[in-house]
Amino acid sequence: MPKIPLSWLAESVALEPGASPVDIATSLARVGLEEEGIHGSGVEGPLVVGRVMSLVKEEQSNGKTINYCRVDVGEFNDPEGPGHKPDNKVDYPSSKGIVCGAHNFVEGDYVVVVLPGATLPGPFPISGRKTYGHWSDGMICSARELGLGEDHSGIIVLTEMGFSADSLEPGQDAIALLGLDEKTIEINVTPDRGYSFSIRGVAREYAHATGASFTDPAALAVSGAAGDGFPVLIEDAAPVRGNVGCDRFVARIVRGFDPAAASPGWMKQRLEAAGMRSISLAVDVTNYVMLELGQPLHAYDLATLTAPIVVRRAHPAEQIETLDDVERVLHGEDLLITDSLGGHGARPVGIAGVMGGALTEVSASTTDVLLEAAHFDPITIARTARRHKLGSEASRRFERAVDTALPPVAVQRAANLLVELGGGVIEDVFTDVDNVPAVEPIEMDVDFPSRIVGVAYSPEQVIDSLTQVGCTVERDGEVLIVTRPTWRADLEAPINLVEEVARLQGFDGLPSVLPVAPPGRGYTHSQLVRKSVARSLAEAGLTQVLTYPFISEARLDECLLPADDVRRDVIRLANPLSAEQPLLRTALVETLVDAVRVNLGRGAQDVAVYETGRAYLGRLVGAIPATYSGTSITPDDVEALNKAIPGQVRRVAGVMAGNRVTSGWDGHATPWRWTDALAMVEKVERACGVVLEISSEAGERQSTAPFHPGRVAVYRLEGEIVGVAGELHPKVCENLGLPARTVAFELALDPLIEESEGVLVTASPVSGQVLAKEDFAFVVDSSVTAGSLVDAVISAGDGLVEDARVFDVYTGEQIGEGRKSLAVNVRMRDADHTLSAEEVLTVREAIIAAAAEKFGAVLR
Amino acid sequence: MTELSPLDAAGVDAAVSDALAAFAAATTLDELKEARLAHTGDKAPLTLANRLIGGLEPADKAAAGKAMGGARAAMGRALAARTAELEAERDARVLVEEAVDVTLPSSRALVGARHPIETMQERMCDLFVSMGWEVAEGPEMEAEWFNFDALNFDPDHPAREMQDTFFIDPPSSGLLMRTHTSPVQVRAALERRDSLEEGRGIYVVCPGKTFRTDELDATHTPVFHQIEGLAIDRGLTMAHLKGTLDHFARALFGPEAITRLRPAFFPFTEPSAEMDLRCFVCGGADAACRTCRGTGWIEWGGCGMTHPNVLRAAGIDPEKYTAFAFGMGIERTLMFRHNVTDMRDMVEGDVRFSQQFGMEI
Repeated sequence: MPKIPLSWLAESVALEPGASPVDIATSLARVGLEEEGIHGSGVEGPLVVGRVMSLVKEEQSNGKTINYCRVDVGEFNDPEGPGHKPDNKVDYPSSKGIVCGAHNFVEGDYVVVVLPGATLPGPFPISGRKTYGHWSDGMICSARELGLGEDHSGIIVLTEMGFSADSLEPGQDAIALLGLDEKTIEINVTPDRGYSFSIRGVAREYAHATGASFTDPAALAVSGAAGDGFPVLIEDAAPVRGNVGCDRFVARIVRGFDPAAASPGWMKQRLEAAGMRSISLAVDVTNYVMLELGQPLHAYDLATLTAPIVVRRAHPAEQIETLDDVERVLHGEDLLITDSLGGHGARPVGIAGVMGGALTEVSASTTDVLLEAAHFDPITIARTARRHKLGSEASRRFERAVDTALPPVAVQRAANLLVELGGGVIEDVFTDVDNVPAVEPIEMDVDFPSRIVGVAYSPEQVIDSLTQVGCTVERDGEVLIVTRPTWRADLEAPINLVEEVARLQGFDGLPSVLPVAPPGRGYTHSQLVRKSVARSLAEAGLTQVLTYPFISEARLDECLLPADDVRRDVIRLANPLSAEQPLLRTALVETLVDAVRVNLGRGAQDVAVYETGRAYLGRLVGAIPATYSGTSITPDDVEALNKAIPGQVRRVAGVMAGNRVTSGWDGHATPWRWTDALAMVEKVERACGVVLEISSEAGERQSTAPFHPGRVAVYRLEGEIVGVAGELHPKVCENLGLPARTVAFELALDPLIEESEGVLVTASPVSGQVLAKEDFAFVVDSSVTAGSLVDAVISAGDGLVEDARVFDVYTGEQIGEGRKSLAVNVRMRDADHTLSAEEVLTVREAIIAAAAEKFGAVLR
Repeated sequence: MTELSPLDAAGVDAAVSDALAAFAAATTLDELKEARLAHTGDKAPLTLANRLIGGLEPADKAAAGKAMGGARAAMGRALAARTAELEAERDARVLVEEAVDVTLPSSRALVGARHPIETMQERMCDLFVSMGWEVAEGPEMEAEWFNFDALNFDPDHPAREMQDTFFIDPPSSGLLMRTHTSPVQVRAALERRDSLEEGRGIYVVCPGKTFRTDELDATHTPVFHQIEGLAIDRGLTMAHLKGTLDHFARALFGPEAITRLRPAFFPFTEPSAEMDLRCFVCGGADAACRTCRGTGWIEWGGCGMTHPNVLRAAGIDPEKYTAFAFGMGIERTLMFRHNVTDMRDMVEGDVRFSQQFGMEI
C-alpha cells in the first residue's frame, strides 16, 4: 500500500498549518483513506555534517586497514587535547575522533557523522566505544546505515551527492539536510479508489476532507504533438471478457541523455521514503512520476528496440526474461509488449503493466530513451500478476484502473525530469495510440442521494460534491446528468455517485433512526434446541470449547479409522495454513482431543470439554458453476448449488478424562466412566426431544473407531447411525496422549432436531393412584442385554408398568459360568384405580413368563 | 404412706402442688419423664385416689370426680408447658451442636461453562429477536457464488484477493470456507423474498463461524465468528442503519456508547462505512491511549447500504426496495467488552477461559 511522504504531498495540496502526521491521517480517514501506519526515517540525532580534518591509515593484525579520523563536527567537537576520552595519546585540535573502515574519502571531504546518543534505523543506538586501540565517538555513515538506499560500498561524501561545499557547515544538522525528518503516511487504498495510489490522488482526497486548495500535478503542458513517433500497434486477438488489453499507448523519445547522470538526493530520498529503491536516473524518474501521478511508466533503451512495438497476447509457451532476471513461461492471456526484432512483434520486451524485460532495459550506456505510458485493461493485468505471482508497483495500479488521460502527461513529466537532470532533447512528435472510449454520462435523480442516505441534501450540495470529485454535472430539472472524471472508472452507476456525495458531505450529520421490523417468528426449533443442548451439557459439568476444524492425515490413523470408513471421504483444503493439517475434520472428537491435551498440559487432572459445531464429510459431487449468466439466481440454481456442497451437519461431542467428582473431605473421587458418556447422550436426547435406538453394533463403512469396541454405544435414528458414546479405544488414548479410559460421545444434531421439528407432545393424564412396586432378579445368559430385558418387562406389563429399571447386575459362582443376574425394579400403576393384589400378581407372572420365554430367564 | 382420699381437697391440692413443683424442677426431658411417672403414673397418689372414686357414696362421686379432673388438668397443662419448654431448649441445643463449616468445599463434581463466543452470539441474537428480527444461518463450507459473486465481487476484482480465502481442493470445485457470514444474507433474502411482496420487510441477523488464512496470533485467528445484520424494506436509509447500530452498541456496551461511521469500501455495500466506537479506555481524551492509539475511536465493524447488484442477485428489485447491512467480529466485541487481550485464549480450548464467564454473558 502506498507510502506518502508528507513533504511531497504538500507540493500538491496545502496541508493545514501545524497539522501533525496523525492529524493528516485523521483527515484522510474521514473521506475513506484509512491509515496503515505512520513512518519516519528511524534516524534520531545528533546526525551532523562533518569535515574530515585528518585521516590516518592503520593496518590491523586481522589484515584490515582502518582509518583513524579526526573530524570537525562544529559545536560537537571535543576541546583541543587528547580527545573525549584520554585513551588517545596525542593532542588534537578541537574535533572528534572516529574510527572508519571505508576508504572512499579523503581529508577535507564533507561526510555525515552520527554521534553518541543518536539512533540509526534498526534501531541501533550509537555510543562511544573503544575499538582498534582508539576511542571512537560515533560513526561516519553510509547510505544504507541511514536507510537511504542499499549502497554500502562506502560512506556518503556529501559533495558527491550534489551538495556544494559552500553550503555545508561542520556541525550542521544532517537530518533535515538529507530529508531524514520526512514522515510518511502509509495508506490502505480500497480497490475502488485506485487513483489514490499516487500523491496526486491522496492530495485530492485531502482537499476533499479539509477544503484545502489542491494543485493538480498532472496539470502540465504537453509539448510537441502526437503523430508519427516510434511506431506502435495494438493487436489484441484475444480480449479478456471482451476487453481489449490496451486502449492507449503513448511512446516518446528523449535523445542525447547523459547515462552517467545520477539521481539527485531529494529524488532518492523520496523514492526510499515511498518504499522504492533508487536504481538509475532513468528508472528513478519513471518511478518518481508513477508515485506522483499514479501512471506506471517504462523506459526502454531505444538502441535495443526494433520498430514497430506490437502489443499482443502471448503465444502459448512463449518465454520472457523479466527485469528480476527470472525466465517466465507465458500464458495465452498474458498481454505482451513486443518489438519486431526477428519479425513483426516477434520479440517480447515486457509483460504489459506488470514488468519489463531484461533485453531492452536502460543500461549504463543508454543515451536515447523511449518512454512508454499506456493504459491496460485491469482484468488482464490482475490475472497476469496473479498467475505469475508477480505483483509489482505497476500491476497494483493498473489492476485498480489508472486515469486514461494520464499517459501523455506522465510521459511529458518524466521527459522533463530526464532532460532537467540528465540533459538530452525531447522529440517533438510522439506516438499516442488512443482508443479510449468516451465516458458515458450517468443520469441520477437529484434527490436519489437523500433517499439512500437519509439526509436531506440540497441539489447544490449534491452538485458541489460531485463537481469536487471531478465530475461534470448538468442539471435537467430533477435529473442530474453526470460525467465522471477519467480517473474514476469506479463511478459506473447512480449508487456510486451517492457514495461520493455521502462521503464528501460526511457521515457526522447522519440522523439515528431505529427502524421498526415487522413481527418476527422468533427462534427456529433448531436454534432453540441447540441452545438447550449446549446449556444442558454445561450444566452437567462439561466446558464448551471451540477447536479449529483442521486435521492432519495422521489424525485419522491415530483414531484407527479403517480404510473403508466413510470418514475417509475427507475434504481437503487447497491452501491450508499448515501443510501438516490439510484436511477438514470428519468428527468433532478428532479435534476436541487436542483441547483435552492442552488442559492436561497446563496442569489440569480432570478435564471435561464439549463442542457444538460442524464436521465436514462427503465426496465432492462435481464442479460448482462459479457464476451464473444473469445477475440473479433461480431456485433451481440454489438447489443445485446446495446439493453440490458436501455434508456438514451440526454435531455435538464431548471428551472427558480423569475424575467427574474429585475426592474431598466428605467423600471419595468418582472417575468419568463410559456410563457418563452415555448419560450425556441422554441429556442431548432429552434436549432434542427424541429417543434413539442404542446397541453395540457398528454400521456398514461406519466403524466404532475411535472407541473401545466392547465399550461403545452406537445410536441410531430410524436405522441410521447418528452417534456414538463410550470409552475411547486404549490404543487411541495412547496415540493421542490421553489418559487411559478417557470417555467421549459424539452425535449428529441436525437429524435429531429434524426428527422433533413440529412434533407436539400429547400429554397423558398423571395418575394419582397408589403405586405398586415389584422387584425381580432374573438369571439370564450373559449375552442378554439389560435394555432388551427391560423392554420385555415393560411390554409384558400390558400398559400397567410405569417404569422398569435394572438396579443390580451380578455375576459369580452362585449364578454359574456364562450367566448373570439382572435385578429389575418395576413400578406399576393404573390410570383409574388402585391395583389389587391379584392384578399385581397377574402382571408379575406375565413378566416372569415373558422373560422366560424370550431370554430363558429364571428367577433367582 | 397413707392413702389420699379423693374427697380430701387439701390433700389433692398438695399433691397437685407437689407435681407442679416437680415438673418445674425437671431440667431435662428425662427428669420430666421421671416426674411425670411419679406424679401421674400408676403408683402416683392422685392416680390411686382416682381409683377410689368408684367406691364412694354416690352423693360424693360428682364432687370427687370434679376435684380429680381439675387436678389432672392442672398437671397436664403444667406438664405440656414444661415439655414444650424443655423440647425447645433441646432443639435449640441440637441446632447449635449440629452447626457446620459452610466454607468447606460443597461441590466436588466438575463444573461446566459455556464458551463466551457462543453466549455473546446468543446475547446479540436475543437483542435482535426482541426487535422482531430473525436469525438466519447457512453452511460454513460454501459455494464461491454465494461467498463472492452474489455479493458483487467481480471474479477478477482485487477485492476477491483481499479476503485470504481457504479454498477446497481441487480449486475447480467452486467451494470454499466462507470468509464472512455475508453469503447467509443472500440465502436469507432468497428464502424470504416473498414476504416483501406481502408488504413485510426482511430483517435478519446472521451469526456464525468464518474462515480466513490468517496465522493465529494475539489479534488474528484463522477461524473466527461474525454477526451480520441485513434489513430490506421500502424506504430504508443509512439513518436507519445508524439507528440500528446505535441501539446495538448501547445494548452491548451501555447507554453511554457512541458510534461513528467513516467512509470505506466493500463490494457488497454502497455507500460503505466502517463503524467505530468511542474508545472505552480513554473516551477520546488521551492522545497516548494504547487501546485506540490516540485516535479516540476503535473500529468495530463494517456496514453500508446493500449494493443494488446484491439485491438483484437475490431476486429483489432495487428500484422498489433499499437495504442496509452491517457486520462485526464477535471475538473483537468480546475483546472490547470483557478486556480479553489475547485472541489465543479464545481458541486454545483452555477451560479456565470459558469458566470465567459461566453460563451467560
